[in-house]
Amino acid sequence: MKVLSLNFLSCAVKGCKSSSDSYPLHPKDAELVQDDIEVNAQLLINLLPRIDWTALTTTATELGFPALPPQAPTPEELEADEAKLKDLHHLLMETQIMEGKLVCASCGHEYAVREGIANFLLPSHLV
Amino acid sequence: MLPTPDTSHVEFERIYEPAEDSFLLLDTLSSAAEAAFLRDRFGSRSDAAGPAPVPPPFVVEIGPGSGVVIGFINAHASVIFGSRDVLTAAVDVNSHACRATRETARKAAADNAASHGMYLDALQGDLVAPLRPGSVDVLVFNPPYVPTEELPRQPAADHEGGGDKQPTFDHDSYLLSLSYAGGRDGMETTDRLIDALPETLSPRGCAYVLLCAQNRPEEVKERIRGFGRQWRAETVGSSGKKAGWEKLQIIRIWRE
Ligand SMILES: [Zn+2]
Repeated sequence: MKVLSLNFLSCAVKGCKSSSDSYPLHPKDAELVQDDIEVNAQLLINLLPRIDWTALTTTATELGFPALPPQAPTPEELEADEAKLKDLHHLLMETQIMEGKLVCASCGHEYAVREGIANFLLPSHLV
Repeated sequence: MLPTPDTSHVEFERIYEPAEDSFLLLDTLSSAAEAAFLRDRFGSRSDAAGPAPVPPPFVVEIGPGSGVVIGFINAHASVIFGSRDVLTAAVDVNSHACRATRETARKAAADNAASHGMYLDALQGDLVAPLRPGSVDVLVFNPPYVPTEELPRQPAADHEGGGDKQPTFDHDSYLLSLSYAGGRDGMETTDRLIDALPETLSPRGCAYVLLCAQNRPEEVKERIRGFGRQWRAETVGSSGKKAGWEKLQIIRIWRE
């Protein structure tokens, strides 16, 4: 699963949805692979305002990427800086979590990722 | 008519095979009227200072099965939305469907190199449970809509959903039943999805939901309008007209 997807996901437990700790989920024992995907600069630039940058910063650090700046780059900055654009593309679009877990900091539930697919089905007692 | 994604790799003994309902969704989403609605809502806008960037819509199909619908939306993003800047994803209870969807989306994107959007992931889960509240801009749902005496038991972690289980005929039949059996009025699962829409959709979000005549579509639309003054629900596609009845229809749900 792509790192960008984590920006759109939270814990599946109903009681966790309103807790700020249920987002983002925290990768654990993640095995990463890198895809080769063409850069779409316009998509990345337009995407910036809808990325939760704080959550992305947390995810990137937990996956072992160099720390992101505390503030998201502006569209102008990104447009002018090809290296920054490529780094962001690499992190969001090309990096895939193939195996591992996603952990909710609110309830502690661990969601397995296998063959790149995260399983959000809950055990019966949590449904 | 835009080309339909190739699903020749899909194991139809345990995944719903594209049928009339799937094709009605494709026709409706690529119709001139819906493309106009979606472009107006999610397309880039120009003002005196030039084109203003609009964040790309996040499009999620619930229960993609073979992936033919989300694969189609992603492959033809620039035709439907007027831009390739579209993010797509899917959630299915059946892990086989998640894998099939990934492959369908990959192939369809490769076949439409100049028009496809950015396909992200298929997640295994129950309806919208994995999604961050308020994140979905376009939700598409072809539900299990056939009225049945009972709703199949709902899948839970470590069993039922596919996973690493050895395929058996019974388990395959169970997985297929999840894709069509809708319980009372064929609406038990659809009702749960509709109840979750206010929390799931972004402020600019909309949803396309397929219904059959036995689902009592007029009542469903009235119920959604009852969510509040801004809520709208209208039929935007139909097929199988029979004695004045639409056998299948697509309703679009949105807020003004
Ligand atoms: Zn939780």
